[in-house]
Amino acid sequence: MMLGLAASPADRRLLREGRSAGPMPWVIAIMMFLTVLAAAAGLALSNAATTLDSGLKGKLTVQIADPSPAIREAQVRRIVIELQQLAAVAAVTPVPEAELMAMLRPWLGDDSIESDLPLPALIDVELRDATPEDIGLVAETVRRAAPAARVDAHARWLAPLAGLLGALTWLSATLVILMGVATAAVVVLAVRASINTHQSTIDVIHLLGASDTQIVRLFQRRIALDALFGGSVGLVLGLGILIILGNRMRTIGSELLGSAGFGWAGWLALLLLPVAGAVLAMVVARVTVLASLRKRL
Amino acid sequence: MTSIVQFENVGLRYGTGAETLSDVSFSLVKGGFYFLTGASGAGKTSLLQLLYLALRPSRGLVRLFGEDMTSMARDRLPLYRRRIGVVFQDFRLIPHLSTFDNIALPLRMAGVEDRDIEKPVTEMLAWVGLSDRATARPATLSGGEQQRVAIARAVIGRPDILVADEPTGNVDPEMAARLLYLFDGLNKIGTTIVVATHDLHLLSRIGSATLMRLEAGRLNDPTGALRYPPKRDVM
Repeated sequence: MMLGLAASPADRRLLREGRSAGPMPWVIAIMMFLTVLAAAAGLALSNAATTLDSGLKGKLTVQIADPSPAIREAQVRRIVIELQQLAAVAAVTPVPEAELMAMLRPWLGDDSIESDLPLPALIDVELRDATPEDIGLVAETVRRAAPAARVDAHARWLAPLAGLLGALTWLSATLVILMGVATAAVVVLAVRASINTHQSTIDVIHLLGASDTQIVRLFQRRIALDALFGGSVGLVLGLGILIILGNRMRTIGSELLGSAGFGWAGWLALLLLPVAGAVLAMVVARVTVLASLRKRL
Repeated sequence: MTSIVQFENVGLRYGTGAETLSDVSFSLVKGGFYFLTGASGAGKTSLLQLLYLALRPSRGLVRLFGEDMTSMARDRLPLYRRRIGVVFQDFRLIPHLSTFDNIALPLRMAGVEDRDIEKPVTEMLAWVGLSDRATARPATLSGGEQQRVAIARAVIGRPDILVADEPTGNVDPEMAARLLYLFDGLNKIGTTIVVATHDLHLLSRIGSATLMRLEAGRLNDPTGALRYPPKRDVM
């Protein structure tokens, strides 16, 4: 009763228009379609950013590029021993040369790889916590053991990409909010039009002793049902597009694109969007009708 | 003898124009029958609107049922409106509702359950002679039938006050006589009746009625009898 969805059939007859009358449900369907796409993009990007962050956080690569294989190997051994003694380091793994060659083969070809091409030695380092102090300590330790060696934090390489994903996530959230504002504006216009249409009925029942709450209930129930209908149509269309896009992305096989999905909580959030839209529409309708009624005695 | 309505020095102004009503003071006795007369533009409809709480006065005091309506919070007003039945000059029936639903409106606004509505509305339809038109829409009713629906709607909630604005304006003399008979019947069971009319012939039909005459927004009350009604048993 408090939500105004329990008006009796007789009360519902007071306002003549049936459900889905006028363009409002269809405008809300379009808004919801766009909201579902924006929300899905935001959830997917957020998930991709989280995956990227967890994959790179605390991982460093030490590169030793001395041209002498003997010196390179000695420096690798020394760095591994030194780093293993640090409490902040969880794991130190020299990258086998065979693995390095396998990585480079697609770019350099078999001939170059098999020749005497000098390859740098790489050591993967995993930190327990990726604090700047820990990274600084590793860099200092490596510099002492091999002054020419270079330490690269993975997160730094992909910081621009992570920043882009973060910005796009915020853009998606902003779009969802803007769609909500636009939906509210549509509801305000629809309710005002409906109030004008039913002005004489409202005048009569007002003078017969209807309270503001009773009059509001007549409008908000219908607006909520219209919004739920439009929102459900938009959701179905949006989910259809998401399923098609998901299939397309799977065929690409990219690791980053593959991580740009979302779990059951994300799907549940999308499924709840029409309900959220209906609640928003109902609240906006209530406020609009009350504001209109308060202009009269 | 109890005053059910009190107006004290009431003034009403629309916007920044001249006052439509000026220094109007009177008391209506519970169970009284009143005719409000005056030329067109004298302020009859404005006074009725103050009476059925469609307007607040620009100045002065309006008391209904012993409560000050001029300062009452607007969310309390519906409770008092439900105690006042109104027959509008243009009936104001809701066109897409049936006769039954139009008459049932005040009960529904008062929160009466659907199962408790059918009996009183059916009785009211019989009382105004429209039992066979219960499902008809207003557009299919004659002027006289519409008026009877409007009256039935005004009295279905057993109001303490019945206000009628020119109820005989659009009906033939026979229908006007029947209408007054209905009002008289209601008055006899204790309802205070206020009828705005141009038709002075109506006055003679209700012997106990009190005449209130508005002239250019002022109530003509040279003896003060309207402001301070003489003590008498109305019932």
